[in-house]
Amino acid sequence: MKEILEILEKDARTTPQEIAKVTKKKVDAVKKAIKKFEKDGVILKYKTIINKEMVRDESRAVRALIEVRIVPQRGHGFDQIAERIYRFPEVVSSYLLSGTYDLLLVVEGRDIQAVSRFVSEKLSTLDNVRGTVTHFLLKKYKEDGDILKRAERDKRIAISF
Amino acid sequence: MRISKKVKNMPPSGIREFFELVIGMKDVISLGVGEPDFVTPWNICESGIFSIEKGCTSYTSNKGLYELRLQVSKFIKNKHGIGYDPENQILITTGVSEALDLVFRAILNPGDKVLISDPCYVSYHPVTFMAGGKTVFVNTKGTGFKLTPSLLKKSLSKGVKAVLLNYPANPTGVSYSKKELLELSRIFIKHDLVVISDEIYDELTYDFSHTPISGLKGMKERTVYLNGFSKAFAMTGWRVGYACGPEDIISAMTKIHQYTMLCSPVMGQIGAIEALRGSRHYLLEMKREYKRRREYIVERLDEMGLVCPKPDGAFYVFPSIKNTGMNSIEFAKKLLTQEKVAVVPGTAFGSQGKGHVRMAYASSMPDLKEACVRIERFLKKNTNLAVTATE
Repeated sequence: MKEILEILEKDARTTPQEIAKVTKKKVDAVKKAIKKFEKDGVILKYKTIINKEMVRDESRAVRALIEVRIVPQRGHGFDQIAERIYRFPEVVSSYLLSGTYDLLLVVEGRDIQAVSRFVSEKLSTLDNVRGTVTHFLLKKYKEDGDILKRAERDKRIAISF
Repeated sequence: MRISKKVKNMPPSGIREFFELVIGMKDVISLGVGEPDFVTPWNICESGIFSIEKGCTSYTSNKGLYELRLQVSKFIKNKHGIGYDPENQILITTGVSEALDLVFRAILNPGDKVLISDPCYVSYHPVTFMAGGKTVFVNTKGTGFKLTPSLLKKSLSKGVKAVLLNYPANPTGVSYSKKELLELSRIFIKHDLVVISDEIYDELTYDFSHTPISGLKGMKERTVYLNGFSKAFAMTGWRVGYACGPEDIISAMTKIHQYTMLCSPVMGQIGAIEALRGSRHYLLEMKREYKRRREYIVERLDEMGLVCPKPDGAFYVFPSIKNTGMNSIEFAKKLLTQEKVAVVPGTAFGSQGKGHVRMAYASSMPDLKEACVRIERFLKKNTNLAVTATE
């Protein structure tokens, strides 16, 4: 049933009928498996990957990666303060890392000022945040395994043996 | 009279006109391509680029880079348990195509006969002919395009020196189980035949594991095992293949190779080393994708009423189009002009390919789906088929 995930991860619009066809399973079995994946949270949701360079969303025009050093809390470690931070809608992604800092955030905002304001007013002022380093993102090349440009045309000759 | 008699007498490709038609047409979905739609895995491309940066731009040893021969030797040993000495039993060639040419020139005397199944890959007969050999075609239409012991026995006549095997096969996708190969091998041994085994599609075997015939008892000393990187690693344009076999034949092949090709392109050889050393994760992913496409296209063709046995390997289906009432060239031409889908008429692969077309499923799933919609529409419009099909 893992193959179903491989297929859906490539193209979320593949129908259960089509999946059944290529995996030699019954349509009902495929539907049931997908339902279970959804219920168990293996499949969280179905999204479309948009090349944001081409459709600018004014409210999210600027993106920054922010390194955050935090003081862990007794009994909660990093989780509680991390939640305090990732619940801000400006935070698009949040990771706890090993190394010289603790959290890596991806933050989006209307402009540099908006992101700066978020950092200086919301993030840095939290009690357990010891310091931040903000990197503004200049260009995206690849995200989550997808290269952000249109696939090149088939370069093969139209007929060969 | 500038052109040699030999070339003049070379069998022409009967469907050149059809090819010109395909190449001249825009926005065609082509199921006529005999190579993977994947690009070469990046680790291999990157090693090729790095080799150029380092200045590896010269000839290599005629036999090929020792490191590559060593890796090939280890690869075959690990995978199939067959030992080939990288010093004198492996030759790196410019694709399997060159290896085929070399092996025929190395072993054939004028008039020596070679058994080849019909239909088969397009170059087998011409290279035999160019090497002075005579092709004895074995009609495999009645046996599901497979050589069988009884077919073989019938075709064996005086002067047959070699037999050419190709499995999984282009254009039919047919392959052989170990048991079937064992039966065939007994006849090869009994009649002291040289076996040339083109196993370029071996990695793309979907339902059972591939057995190289050279691994069977009594076969290694009479088999020239041909393989390469084009299909499994999506490296068609790199032109790297290899021949493994008995020392005398490999040495004879090397003799010709050193005067004609010198060596396979060095960047390609370096890329091939990376292919064998690097992760095979991507390879398995490609294989799973091909397998899904195979299931899809076989079932869709079946729904449309085209008889299409499920191929064991490679990335071709070879459905019968007999019940459309069209011959294979007519079918291919009409499908191309009406629906802009290109397939290869079966007759390109020999006279027994008539009534069939070759469709490659080395195309993206969306293209494959669209091609099937078009083929179905085409059948509805031109034949009594596909009327009840639903999708």
